[in-house]
Amino acid sequence: MSALLLERYHRQNRRRALLVGVMALVALLGVLLDLVTGPAGLPLGDTLRALTGTGEVARATEVIVWTVRLPVAIMALLVGAALALAGAEMQTVLENPLAEPFTLGVSTAAALGAATAIILGLSLPFLPASWSVSANAFLFALGALALLQLLGRLRGGGPEVLILFGIALNFAAGAFLSLLQFVASADALQQLVFWTMGSLAASSWQGAAMLAAVLALCAPFSFRAAWRLTALRMGEDQARSFGVNVESLRRWTLLRVSLLAATAVSMVGVIGFVGLAGPHIARLLVGEDHRFFLPASLLTGALVMSLASTLSKLVVPGVLLPVGLVTSLIGLPVFFALILRGRARR
Amino acid sequence: MSGLSIRDVSIRYGKRVVIRDLTLPDLPAGQVTVLAGPNAAGKSTLLRAVAQLGPHAGRIMLDDADLARLPGPQRARLVGFMPQSLPSGSSLIVLESIIAALRAAGETPAAQADAQAMAVLDRLGIGALALNPLDQLSGGQRQLVSLAQAIVRNPRLLLLDEPTSALDLARQVRLLAELRRLAAEGRVVVAVLHDLALAAQWADRIVVLHQGGIHSDGPPEKVLTPAMLAEVYGVEARVERCSRGNLTILIDRELAPVP
Repeated sequence: MSALLLERYHRQNRRRALLVGVMALVALLGVLLDLVTGPAGLPLGDTLRALTGTGEVARATEVIVWTVRLPVAIMALLVGAALALAGAEMQTVLENPLAEPFTLGVSTAAALGAATAIILGLSLPFLPASWSVSANAFLFALGALALLQLLGRLRGGGPEVLILFGIALNFAAGAFLSLLQFVASADALQQLVFWTMGSLAASSWQGAAMLAAVLALCAPFSFRAAWRLTALRMGEDQARSFGVNVESLRRWTLLRVSLLAATAVSMVGVIGFVGLAGPHIARLLVGEDHRFFLPASLLTGALVMSLASTLSKLVVPGVLLPVGLVTSLIGLPVFFALILRGRARR
Repeated sequence: MSGLSIRDVSIRYGKRVVIRDLTLPDLPAGQVTVLAGPNAAGKSTLLRAVAQLGPHAGRIMLDDADLARLPGPQRARLVGFMPQSLPSGSSLIVLESIIAALRAAGETPAAQADAQAMAVLDRLGIGALALNPLDQLSGGQRQLVSLAQAIVRNPRLLLLDEPTSALDLARQVRLLAELRRLAAEGRVVVAVLHDLALAAQWADRIVVLHQGGIHSDGPPEKVLTPAMLAEVYGVEARVERCSRGNLTILIDRELAPVP
């Protein structure tokens, strides 16, 4: 009996591992789909030839694929992966299924940072001007999370305190943002509004490389903490009695989350929903063993963003919608359907 | 010395002193000790302090090791803690949650952890639940899972906070018999228990906490007296032996409530 159950458990784990593998493939297909869609209406064959460098293609096609579409597609993949991984870890360490970089004010703080560059023209002295928006957004997002942790520690409180501070921070950053918008010129305002809708249009190879580096730096540590994070799902006391140093786990995890979220948001602006939905969908698919849950969240986020990026080019023909709008408008109903179906199955 | 010893332990919440200079030497292996006392006497607080889950002053030693000074993973191998309840809303499956109790601190190899977790579930008679999600279990089943998490690391010291609170009569008896077996295997077992009749039947020793200190400490027949029940719980009660020889407590009425 117990040998049988153990065997079933192992089979279930193999199935989950396989599912994560399939999700990786599907995410790559998502990138490909994102690559072959666009207003230029390139034939599929040309796009693939340009991508693989086999056969003759027009110079224009090559430019479109390599300098317009590919950075956008790669950036979509990375942003989705980073935000969803950050959301998954945040939900676990803050013991709250609503936690994600967006709800805790990180995105609003990043928008405030961007506004300081766009409206006030502030920038770091050693950076080229083209980076000032991203750099300020990054610093503000990171600063918001650092402030959050500091306040949480001063108060000596648990996750609820952090979440309350996060919500307060969100409103505070929002108020300052409104203040800046109030004094902004029409031009700057336009630019800022576009930024706060979240857009992949300004994606560059350097930006993508930077985000990829941060992801490559953080993800291994996340995966290494998988069992400790799983244990934390039993509550703080239990995790501690299992030998987990909960304070240190929470501190390092929030540091990783900060880096991931701040970098992602600084590149593409405010994108809600992915950090929340990625982990929820992953949980429905593979459960909460973090060895599977974390990579599945990352891959779900990547796929959702690739699809959103694709849709942003297709919904209104000839118009590139801000991708943040697409994730919210189209993602939400899908998300609700998934949750309701998950409920009904029980 | 061997076993658990608690010396000069004080615990305060802000300015309120919950436990004052409490000393409880030599709780040896092989015995089941019950911590009793009225609500807010500090039973759970003391238990959590022993498990190093809450701040406290004083020394808590297990076989000459100061529990406060041991690194987390090492302490986890020595001490198992069963909380009052597991958080609801986790879709982890039972077996995973037990394996996590073994692997969170790192050392157990995967195959061994899986087998060990399954064996513990079988031992507690809940093997059939192994693949069920935690959030679909009843309160009593969850309590047994949480006991499994506490004993899977084979701890020398087992601390349980109201382990029978959600269990039906048969399962209460089964759990307490299991605690006796766990103690007989060479463990120190300390449980907070509200049901004094159960304590009388299953404990080797009852420690009654009252007003931040120890009111009485000894074998059930010595501790459970009408005088103690009147002083600590504020009830007029009789303690009688039933035909099988077990102590039973009959509560007649509440005395004038003591502030």
